[in-house]
Formats: sequence, C-alpha cells, structure tokens
Amino acid sequence: MNNDYVVKMENITKVFGKVKALDHVEFSLKKGEVHAILGENGAGKSSLMNVLNGIYMPDEGHIEVKGQLVNISSPKIALDLGIGMLPQHYKLVDVFSAMENVAAGSRKTTPFLNKKKILDEMGKLIAQLGMDINPNKKVYEMSVAEKQSLEIFKVLYRGADILILDEPTAVLTPQEIKNLFEIVKKMVGTGCSVIIITHKLEEVMEISDRITIMRKGTTIQTVNKEETTPQELAGMMVGDVMELNVPYVPVARGEKCLEVKNITAIDRNKVHILDQVSFDLYAGEILGVAGIAGSGQKELCEGIAGLYHLKSGEIIFEGENIVGKNPEKISQMGISLSFVPEDRLGMGLVSSMDIIDNVLLKDYRNKKGMGISREVSRDKAEALVERLNVSTPAIENHAVSLLSGGNIQKVLLGREIELEPKLLVTAYATRGLDVGSSQIIYELLNEQKVKMKPIMYVGEDLDVLMSLCDRVMVLCEGRVTGIVDPRKTTKEAIGLMMSGVINEGEDTCSIS
Amino acid sequence: MLHIVKKDVPNTREKIVVRLSAVLAALAVASIIVVFAGANPIELYIGIVQGCFGSVYRFAATVEKMVPLLVLSLGVMVAFKMRFWNIGAEGQFLMGAVGTTLVVRLLPNLPLPIMLLLMIAVSFLFGAVWLIIPAFFKARFGTNETLFTLMLNYIALTLVTALQYDFWKDPAANGMPKIANLPENALLPSASGFNLSILMAVIIVLVMYYFMNRSKIGFEIAVLGESENTARYIGINVTKTIMIAALVSGGLCGIVGMMQTTGVSGALSTEITGGLGFTAIIVAWLSGLKVPFVVVNSFAFAVLLQGASYIQTAFQIPGSVAEMIQAIILFFILGSEFVLQYRFVSDKTKSEVA
Repeated sequence: MNNDYVVKMENITKVFGKVKALDHVEFSLKKGEVHAILGENGAGKSSLMNVLNGIYMPDEGHIEVKGQLVNISSPKIALDLGIGMLPQHYKLVDVFSAMENVAAGSRKTTPFLNKKKILDEMGKLIAQLGMDINPNKKVYEMSVAEKQSLEIFKVLYRGADILILDEPTAVLTPQEIKNLFEIVKKMVGTGCSVIIITHKLEEVMEISDRITIMRKGTTIQTVNKEETTPQELAGMMVGDVMELNVPYVPVARGEKCLEVKNITAIDRNKVHILDQVSFDLYAGEILGVAGIAGSGQKELCEGIAGLYHLKSGEIIFEGENIVGKNPEKISQMGISLSFVPEDRLGMGLVSSMDIIDNVLLKDYRNKKGMGISREVSRDKAEALVERLNVSTPAIENHAVSLLSGGNIQKVLLGREIELEPKLLVTAYATRGLDVGSSQIIYELLNEQKVKMKPIMYVGEDLDVLMSLCDRVMVLCEGRVTGIVDPRKTTKEAIGLMMSGVINEGEDTCSIS
Repeated sequence: MLHIVKKDVPNTREKIVVRLSAVLAALAVASIIVVFAGANPIELYIGIVQGCFGSVYRFAATVEKMVPLLVLSLGVMVAFKMRFWNIGAEGQFLMGAVGTTLVVRLLPNLPLPIMLLLMIAVSFLFGAVWLIIPAFFKARFGTNETLFTLMLNYIALTLVTALQYDFWKDPAANGMPKIANLPENALLPSASGFNLSILMAVIIVLVMYYFMNRSKIGFEIAVLGESENTARYIGINVTKTIMIAALVSGGLCGIVGMMQTTGVSGALSTEITGGLGFTAIIVAWLSGLKVPFVVVNSFAFAVLLQGASYIQTAFQIPGSVAEMIQAIILFFILGSEFVLQYRFVSDKTKSEVA
C-alpha cells in the first residue's frame, strides 16, 4: 500500500434511474494536500463527495481510506474513518452557543455537559488553527463566515482529518475567503488533508496543490497546480464544443421589448446577489443566460417576474417600469409575462393538484363572479396533453407530482406558452429532462421565437446555450461579465467569463 | 433493522378494508374491558346501535350531537386547507356563544326570526374576530398560529368564567354561578327533538361545498395551503386570502356557539363546548379536509358519543368504561392511518454488510 494516499477511489459509478451521475470516476487524495475538484454544475463533484461521505452507496468501484479497503455506508462510518464533510447549507442550532453546537451530537459528549472540558479542548484547537470563534456566542448572532468556521470546527472536533468543503466560498466576502484559506493552510499544516469543491478558477490556483477536473460524471484529468494555467483548466472544465441537435433558427431581430437597467438586489446574507445588471431583450430572439449556479440567475428571473425584491434599478417593459410591482399588479397593468420557474412543483405548479387545476391556476381569474369553472381549463388541458404529447393516465384526479420530470415541464411550459405572453422567461427549462423531452422544449421555444416573442433562457449546459440562443449573457456573482454572440466566440471564453473574467468587447453582437 | 417507508397513495378499496378492520379490531380489544366491567360485549354493542337509532327521540339525540361537531369540523377544515392550524375552535365556539347571549341581553324583546338572524350574524362575527386576531399576526409578523389560537381558547374560557361568576351572574339563581336562561323568543324552534340548527347545518354544508370546490377564494385557499410560492407566483394576495379564510373558519365555529346556546343548553356556560372544538380537529383531519367526508365522519363520531352516553344508563356501566371504548376505537382508527401511509421494510444494505 502506498501510504502517501489517504483516500483512493477507483472506478466509482453511481446511477440514478437512467442518469449516470458518476461514470467510472478515479480520485485520490494525498496526505497533507489541498485537492480541488473543479467542474460545472452537474459534473458529479457533489455526488462523488457524497459517496466518500457515505451518503450515497456507489454501484460499482471501491474506496481505500488510509490503505484500508472500506465500505462507507453512512456519514457516521465516514467520520469514524476521519472523513468529515462541511455541508453546503449549515446545520447549526440558532439558539445554541458555539460550544453547545459543538457538543451536540459529538460522541465525546457525556450525558451531562462537561462545559469546562469542552471549553478547554475547544480552546486548544482554536489556538492551533487561529480561528475566530467565541465559544459562548450564539449562532444567531454570527455572520455567515463565523457559522462556517464553526461548522469546520465541529467537524475537526469530532476527529476528522480528511475534510471535504463543498463550495465554501460561495457565500463569503473576499476578506472572509482569505481568512478561510488561512485556516485551510493551518489545517494542512497539522496533518489534515482537504478536498475543496469549487468552480472559481482563481481560488483553485491560490489554494490547491492538485486539481481534478470533472465533466458530465467523469474525471477528465488530475493535474498539479504548477503545471497548468486557468485557461487550460477552463477549457477542460467546459470541454470541446459538442455537436448537438439543438436547432438554431435564424430570425431577423425585432424591436426592443425589455430594457433592464442597473438592477441590484441583496440577499439574506447581505451579499449583492445582483449587482448593476443591465441588458436589453428584443422581439424574436432568445437571450441565453449562462453562469455557475447561484450567480444571480434565480433572482434575476424572479426580479423580472415581480417575485424578488430589487433594491434599485429599472425594468422597462412596454414603456413602464415594473420594478417594485408584484405579479398581481403586473398582470393588472395588462402586461402578460410568462415565467417558467426553476422550481416547477414548488412554484410553477401545485404538485398535489391535477393537470386541469394547474391549468386553472392561470385561468380562474378570467371568469366573472365568485365561482370557478373547470370546463375551459379542461379543454385547454386536453389540448395541451394532446399537442405536447404529455404522457399521463388522466388529466383529472391525478396529481402532477406523479408525472415524470419531462411531462411536468411540458405541462408548465405548455400552460405558459398557451397564454400568448408578451415576454417569456424560462429558468433551467430542461433540467433533469431526457434528450427527447429536452428536444420538444427547444422546439417549443424556437416556435415562440419565430412568432417574434422575446425569450430569456437561463440554462446550465453551455453547448445548448450556444446553439439555441441568439446571444448569451454571462453572469458571475451577480454581475454581467459579458454578452456575446455564441457563433462568434468560444466555449472557453464563456467559461472564463463564468469564472469572473470580464469580457472586454462589451456586447459584441449589438452591432450585428 | 426495520425502516419505515412512505407508501404510494392507497386506493379506495384498500382504505375501506383497512379502516373497517380497524374498527372491528378496536371492538374486539374493547370487549376485554367490557367483560371486566361485567357486561356482555355483544349485547353492549347492539345497545350502542339501539341507543343511536332505537327511537325517534334517540335518533334526534344523535343528530343533536352531530350538528355542532359537523359545523365545527367544516370551520376547522377551511383553515387547515390553508395549512393554518386553527386549534382555537373551542375559543371561537365560546365567543360565538358570548355574542349570542350579548344580543339577548341588549335587545331582549326582538321577535324570534329577527332575533335568530341577528344572533347568527353576531356569533359569526365574534367567532371570526377570535381567529382574525391570530391570522393578522401570522400574516403580518409570521407568528405561530398553533400556539396563538390555542391560548386564545383559555382567554375565551376565562372570559366566560368571569361572565358566569360575576358580570352576567343570574341574581335569581340563589347564588348559583350561572347565567340566566334565554327567553322563549331566543330559542331555536324544534319538533320531536329536532331543532332548526339541522336546517342551518344543511345550508352550511351546501355553501361550504361550493366554497371549497367551486369558488375562486376556495381555490386560492387550497393553492396557498399547498405552496405559498405558487400562490405568490400566480399573483394571489396572500394576506387577504389568509384573512378571508380566517373569517370563514372562525365565523363557522362561532355560529356553533349560537346553535348550542339557543338550541341545546339554553344558556351560556363554561361547559357548553364539551371539548367538541378539539374533536372537530380529528374529524376534519380524518376526512382528508373534504366536505362530504366531514359529514360522514361527524355522524360516525356522533354515534360514538350518543352510544356511549346511552350504554351508561342502559347497562349500568361506569362512564369511564364508555369513554375507554370510544378512546380505543379512535386509537385504532388513527393507527390505521399509519398503516395506510407507511410500511415497514428491512434494511437491506445493513444485512448485506453483515
């Protein structure tokens, strides 16, 4: 056995239904290194780490930890082996102090809290790592960075020496990121090994020793930091341009329909989730929105639809500013705007209702009086099922949540298109859909484009974005890093913009 | 190791079979207690049926128990449909009764029809206010409605106690702490033990069926209950919808206060609710928040209540035994819900490792 490696994962395969989340993945971690896993959304980074942490059981392959062949069937077993994962969403008890959170669930804890002992032990670790944790501070008084430190501390306190950090920097300010990296370096100094999942190239170059690039469930390559460049990494991350069967329909661009001027929004963590975003949208075009998950796409869509509070800026639609108006007001102003949200069952549809009632959601106000009538909606539902070939046993008394993902999306998108909107905003319209269903969705969107509808398409697959859209706007951390013509740019260039490199040639295709 | 896993949606036949067997199993288990109490279980069960349907008078008594439970359950159902946990039906019921009594005290000489109509309106209003208060705080500040409505029950109860022992105490009752009986012109007309509240209940059932299934506001309540995000997405005014649902839910519970005071007890007292406001929660929930099932289940519960009170006198068994039988049946029926929704599976991965 090579004792240099604390973790060796070989041939790991994990299948969810028909989707291969991990396809014969290889990964190894050396003792005392910081190893970054780089990849787009859905590349399999989190799945791989969930396998290592015992949350998923791999269908194939084997894992060696510290030279031993192991079967990690739960996070508890992972922790016994010294593997601890920092959750992306913190799991802390708000009303407890830092010390109480550390003690809760720790197997070192006796039935009665020995506060002094825990405090002593905490003090030692805190001094060793130079962390800024006050053991008596309540969690609800802490900043995001403090909460994160506490989570890291919790994992270390429980004896982990292999630490997995899943997108740890997403919610931090640059100063906080610097502090985090200091802590990571100190941890490595004390003999820990760290795996860091990220998609920010600059951070990868700063902190890591080795980098594994993943794409679509496979490992592309593992490289040493010294031997690579950000450009090379971006290229490996996005891959070569794939020939897709996503048809681009050339349409002569119409007049300007939507004008977004400098919109800014602030999220719960007081981070600028949208930062001075400006763009125009024209009739008969599909504007793609690319970016790493959480770069502000959701807030942008919901902001336009009147569902997310915008701090400043203007959205001019048909000559009226709709910022600050809720969906009720927007529709009262006679602006028909269709928004296909990312959360189909939680926002776009009511999961426990049947297709008729879900069509009725957007229809019931049209009838006069107090009552509702399902007759019109029934006809529409029938037409929708027929036209889009929705596979469902019934349109009545059959909850939409029982349908497959593709059919759910057809119901939602079909309903919205049926409303003949003047603006169509779609968020991750084909996420989780198989090739056939995705194809139908693309065709539907192209149909609308030919009808000179302005369409905003938020997507995650760059290949699709580049072949479907007329222009692609790239978001990074809430800022627009470029609006480009996909037929005049490279995938690598877009990949760099997604990582925060601002495109110099501003709006290269507004001239065309 | 056994795991508990959620099942697919059971079909209607499975539901009926499971529930019927639950009742049978409950009766079998209850038999043991009955035997210890010195009675013959079979005779006793027949006695329950006779006690409920044996004569016109007994059937009237069953219906009399059903009506308040039915209307309360419908009221609770409206709020529950919106995932607004109204545990305060007891309080709204009491406040409705207070409103009814207030009408009589202020305007004692109104003719019967006007008196009744006014009492309905005021009891609705009083009950509604008692739920609109927590609804407002929920909509505005996000307070927890479960605790809020529960605590308002005790405030209402304390208010009635204060009225009964002090402010509205009947001077003609020889020092007994009671509120004076209502005059003739404020009592619900009745015939052979059936009073007018039955007609009111029928109207309420029909209106509520329309409200829940065919009205815009009912649809909005259902959407809001399923997902607040969807409600906002389609442009429902969330605050307004919460307030309307609270108005209807609390108002219906308030009307029950009027029905009971004017139709059954004849006077306001602290015992007037008999815990029905809590039983209504069970009825509404067991009925899957659907109006027709609420009607059926209220009737079933009324049979239990009436049967229990009949066998106490007919079989000379202690009241506690009758209550135990009720409790066992209820326990089994609620337990069968678990069987309908979950199943046990053995832990495969663990056994593979072992």
